[in-house]
Amino acid sequence: MADAPNIPDEIETRARWGAFAWTAENAAKAKAVIARYPAGRQRSAVMPLLDLAQRQVGAETQTQGWLPVPVIEYVAAALDMPFIRAYEVATFYTMYNLVPVGRYHVQVCGTTPCLLRGSDDVMAACKNRGMVKGKTTPDGLFTLTEVECMGTCTNAPMVQINDDNYEDLDYDSTVRILDALAAGEQPKAGTQLANRHTSEPDGGPTTLKEMVKANHDYRKEW
Amino acid sequence: MLADKDRIFTNLYGFQPWNLKSAQARGDWDNTKDLMKRGQDAIIEEIKASGLRGRGGAGFPTGLKWSFMPKEPRADRPSFLVINADESEPGSCKDREIIRHDPHKLIEGALIAGFAMRARAAYIYIRGEFIREAETLFAAVQEAYDAGLLGKNAAKSGYDFDVFVHRGAGAYICGEETAMIESLEGKKGQPRLKPPFPAGAGLYGCPTTVNNVESIAVVPTILRRGAPWFASFGRENNKGTKLFQISGHVERPCVVEEEMGITFRELIDKHCGGIRGGWDNLLAVIPGGSSVPLVPAAEIMDAPMDFDGLKAVGSGLGTAAAIVMDKSTDVVQAISRISYFYKHESCGQCTPCREGTGWMWRVMERLRTGDADISEIDTLFDVTKQVEGHTICALGDAAAWPIQGLIKHFRPEIERRIRENGGALEAAE
Repeated sequence: MADAPNIPDEIETRARWGAFAWTAENAAKAKAVIARYPAGRQRSAVMPLLDLAQRQVGAETQTQGWLPVPVIEYVAAALDMPFIRAYEVATFYTMYNLVPVGRYHVQVCGTTPCLLRGSDDVMAACKNRGMVKGKTTPDGLFTLTEVECMGTCTNAPMVQINDDNYEDLDYDSTVRILDALAAGEQPKAGTQLANRHTSEPDGGPTTLKEMVKANHDYRKEW
Repeated sequence: MLADKDRIFTNLYGFQPWNLKSAQARGDWDNTKDLMKRGQDAIIEEIKASGLRGRGGAGFPTGLKWSFMPKEPRADRPSFLVINADESEPGSCKDREIIRHDPHKLIEGALIAGFAMRARAAYIYIRGEFIREAETLFAAVQEAYDAGLLGKNAAKSGYDFDVFVHRGAGAYICGEETAMIESLEGKKGQPRLKPPFPAGAGLYGCPTTVNNVESIAVVPTILRRGAPWFASFGRENNKGTKLFQISGHVERPCVVEEEMGITFRELIDKHCGGIRGGWDNLLAVIPGGSSVPLVPAAEIMDAPMDFDGLKAVGSGLGTAAAIVMDKSTDVVQAISRISYFYKHESCGQCTPCREGTGWMWRVMERLRTGDADISEIDTLFDVTKQVEGHTICALGDAAAWPIQGLIKHFRPEIERRIRENGGALEAAE
């Protein structure tokens, strides 16, 4: 809890977000989400709805989005659950931003498999652009967070920026990606190696080579 | 080496589209109805006979797990299948490849497994950070509904079955089955005490089985090719094929499907282009994801990569995620970073874990810099033993084992650092 954020619940936050309500599109989405769970178990939808709310806040503020307290209250009320139960979900899971973040949330993985492949260089590239861990740059463009294993270990090191992964990074490719984002461009997601497609060995697969060119049906060989 | 025709995940690397049409051309959803016609008990027996053991880390026999589910579920207490796609174990990245490149294997497996255990629906719990992967999975499930493969009279089998996708939001602990159930119910992901086991009272208090993505996704192929085919790979008690994930200091890290029991050397030489700097440069390997103890180079080189083979060298297969470290590695830092991971991911429910993970990490950081006393190595080891086995779930154990492995195999290195930092003088006084 030592590094827990100071959660804003001030007059300004309430003034800005007190009237939060779903957009028409998100209201339909919320309804579809709740329908996934049995009748009377609508509380199960709290996680997807908090995510949806964070995305709506993000769309309104041109950032990745965050969860002001009045927005959490709105979600809790929509699911007929006590505020504190929604609040404890919002504070338990790391993907809910409890304080405002920048346009791009740069999440550098620093766990051992990435560490071994050079995540320090990725972190250095971010820091040399003026980013500070846990802070947003003064221009509001980047928020830097060091995150735990993102599950792309054979493509380490990696960074997740908003909804996309950038994998097989080094210092230079990280700089290139950040430059592109700052310039308003959308860099190519996934691996940054020229001869790699996804998680096969760099330079080409050692197995299933027929699949590279055509949708091979191996059943004929069974 | 396993022949390509015997690989289950033929689109593992996503060179071809994941969609239904392409998946069907590769053999998925081929007459699923006939597989289900064999009957629930016959399917469970076939999976038992195949020797399939859970692919999520614990290695519990999958068919046996299914057989714990009630044979005649009550209408007011339906059974559920929960599929664990909360892949967060450092080193593991196999379920992601299944979900984004071969999702229909998983969805077809969900129907068959759900039918076999007489479940009403399956929930696929995918980790929140797999954002694009979840988009693919949602779309693939929708495709299956649109084609009549899910829902009422799924795949024309006469059985009604739903598959829902539930996204997590960033919590490693939700990979623990009871924490996952709590999270699915819309709560903090804190593990439950067992018993009752999920098969008795799980999701919404109903009978529930939690299976890993890979365990479910291999089921349709096992039924099509028969248990003897699957059991023809690997050693006794360690059957089948397996997705291995090799990260760290190899020339070319990758995910690859191989036969269980392949030696570590063969796995690395065949698929990863060898160890960076050659085999003499290998220091140690964490063979099954961060929760298992590391194994020094000499012991791992020719060890068979399966449950018993890795147990014999004091470690475990886990998720078959090998983290390879060469001699340039600061091994104390590598393990300390894992300790930080567990500190970060402890759910805070049990005191030994909540306090212990932070304490162990802080001491590990001092051992890393050598700013410690030699006697603290034993104190740390003693504390890991007090955390291990004294918590509701296995996260406490998982935090303790990497440190125990480090002390067991690299104690001289830790002592060297302390001595060079002047700690030995204090010890001598």
